[in-house]
Amino acid sequence: MAVMTYREALNQALREELRRDERVFVIGEEVGLYDGAYKVTQGLLKEFGAKRIVDTPIAESGFTGVGIGAAMVGLRPVVEMMTFNFALVALDQIVNAAAKLSYMSGGQFNVPIVIRGPGGPAHQLAAQHSQSMEVYFYHVPGLKVVRPSTPADAKGLLKSAIRDDNPVVFIESETLYGIKGEVPDDPDFTIPLGQAVVRREGRDVTVIAYTGMLYRALEAAEALEKEGISVEIVDPRTLRPMDVPTIIGSVRKTHRVVVAEAGAGFAGMGSEISAFITEQAFDDLDAPVERVTGANAPMPYAKNLERAKTPSKEKIMAAVRRVCYANGS
Amino acid sequence: MAVTRVVMPKLSEAMESGKVIKWIKKEGDRVQGGDVLAEIETDKADVEMEAFGSGVLRKILVPAGERAEVGGLIAVIADANEDVSSVVGGAPARAAGAPPAPSPGEAGAPSRADERAPAAPKMPQREEFVTRTAPPPEAAVAPAEAPAPAVPSVDGERVKASPLARKIAAQAGVDLRLIQGSGPGGRVIRRDVEAAATGAARPALEAVPAPPAPARPAAPAAVAAAPAVEYEDVALSSMRAMIARRMPLSKAPVPHFYVTTEVAMDRAWELREQLNAMEGSPKISVNDFVIRACAIALLQHPNVNASFQGETVRVWHRAHIGIAVALDEGLITPVLRDAHAKSLGRIAVEARDLAERARARKLRAQEMSGATFSVSNLGMFGVTEFSAIINPPEGAILAVGAVRRIPVADEAGQLSVGRRMAMTLSCDHRVMDGAMGARFLADVKRLLEEPLRLVV
Repeated sequence: MAVMTYREALNQALREELRRDERVFVIGEEVGLYDGAYKVTQGLLKEFGAKRIVDTPIAESGFTGVGIGAAMVGLRPVVEMMTFNFALVALDQIVNAAAKLSYMSGGQFNVPIVIRGPGGPAHQLAAQHSQSMEVYFYHVPGLKVVRPSTPADAKGLLKSAIRDDNPVVFIESETLYGIKGEVPDDPDFTIPLGQAVVRREGRDVTVIAYTGMLYRALEAAEALEKEGISVEIVDPRTLRPMDVPTIIGSVRKTHRVVVAEAGAGFAGMGSEISAFITEQAFDDLDAPVERVTGANAPMPYAKNLERAKTPSKEKIMAAVRRVCYANGS
Repeated sequence: MAVTRVVMPKLSEAMESGKVIKWIKKEGDRVQGGDVLAEIETDKADVEMEAFGSGVLRKILVPAGERAEVGGLIAVIADANEDVSSVVGGAPARAAGAPPAPSPGEAGAPSRADERAPAAPKMPQREEFVTRTAPPPEAAVAPAEAPAPAVPSVDGERVKASPLARKIAAQAGVDLRLIQGSGPGGRVIRRDVEAAATGAARPALEAVPAPPAPARPAAPAAVAAAPAVEYEDVALSSMRAMIARRMPLSKAPVPHFYVTTEVAMDRAWELREQLNAMEGSPKISVNDFVIRACAIALLQHPNVNASFQGETVRVWHRAHIGIAVALDEGLITPVLRDAHAKSLGRIAVEARDLAERARARKLRAQEMSGATFSVSNLGMFGVTEFSAIINPPEGAILAVGAVRRIPVADEAGQLSVGRRMAMTLSCDHRVMDGAMGARFLADVKRLLEEPLRLVV
């Protein structure tokens, strides 16, 4: 196992898959000559050439459509969004073409495409570039949606996404590109889509969180341990298909749930998780499921307001105490 | 809670009255919406009548064998302490010409005789629901004249309680209305029920100060030294509660049948001793042989490695084997995944690890579910043979007895001493039939009797 950054792990996944399967190619803005806006595609043009690492104009709808067409005739494109907020321009291609062509052609066409790039809030990217874009995609039948939280997951899940025969929306995190972690070297290392992982075992409450919120939840768990509250943390990793059994198993163990997500709460991931927990584990709940979410507002540019909008370790701790009926609440 | 009037349903266009063939629920039984209350005879067919409300079946107004007009009141469902006199006191719904209600012969409920007489409705007495929430009748200890406990606000108000608290209270026979909730707005939560069930405050979170529990008399110091105490109600551990909840969900709805065989274990025993004598190899138990044999046989008999799904039967292509592990407080079944793809040694190592962590309560949630088949072995207790209850949604479970040394006769009638082991397969008849179970069992037996097949 080598220690590397999340960015390097993604780069390694791309490189290995490009070597393994000549049908794989990368397309997007500045993925070639510039080595990627966030350097995820560093060195790929040099190794694989301009035929497989394709720079495009600023035209998300166009190059996403090129990718979908290529996928329909047998290639396995990896489309980079410089940030996932730009995928809004390509929404029709993703939602109405990629997600539906297999269904509408009676299975005659598969669309084995990966659309990847960073999403979610970072630092002072303001209203248009801070959105948790997964919510726009996991509603759509036909799409798989992945949000990796660690370098090893970034690599293992991206490789599975590229090998998957369905369109996969793979949303990385700008704030996690620099984090380091152990990553298996085995070129056959993959992590199956649709498998959650228990990041931390605990007795009293289950906190469900991914990407940046996962790290806030881990910090909250450390602090709550000192208060005698034992927190279990589940990282879904793939949001669709969601690993419902792992989450329900944890709820049956702890009986209390907090879902933390960076985006706004209304019809967010927490709403869906809360709904299936109520449907499947109602009699195991000792408290209502609590959601810790971003405030219902566009992301402000000002640092202090950005902080106020974003869920924090403290907000997660407060929610955990409430569902545990601690501190007399 | 509301009082639910149970009326004779209109089950066909032409139906004007119906006859109660049989009451499935007795007075005093707790019912939930959807429970079958009674069987009704119409002009066309016998139909099961379901309850539309939840509570206690307080009063049956039309006994079995009698008729009532469509829309006529035939029973009342309400909370145990609800005053139903105004409802019951109304006109009885029996069809004209029916004799006055005799005491229903099949009813064995511990209801009070005076409650049966519609003419003399009484205000509900508190001991009624104390009696009902006591352990079931076979305990035969609930004194009818139990003194009324202090009851905080019971009059028809819905008790606020978390779903988990409700479930635990129902299992432990604790009346939620007797508990002071410590959650927001007086919500009864798990720790309140646990404290009530054990008669002492027991905070769920050690470092969090629990709210003051209602003062209760201390439990008798030693039961043995107190001859006045005839019995003791032990609160269910969560594991015991889980077993109590799950097993009837198997035994009642799943039609079990059983197939038993005896295996000559002489060669397996010898092979095991050889393997265990090898330096550096993991210690292998008889049960590991059984698991390995089952895993191989399951892939050859997919209809045994299968789950009933209502409209379909799910046939598993991998053998995830649940291994029953006895604990002091109950039983747990960790799952050895992909057993078909694992060597005997690997199975031995993993099975031992699972059992040890099960005993230490260190299993992960995902290690306790997902089995496609289970093995339960009581050989270590000297049990010769037994039959096990299927763990749904699995389709079968193998119950394994001890390896015994017994006299056996060979083909020529010559007596010798051999090692024999009995195995009983419990099968879900919705998934498989006797011959399928028997063929599977024969293959498991053959694998164990020719144990080299287990190591190649």
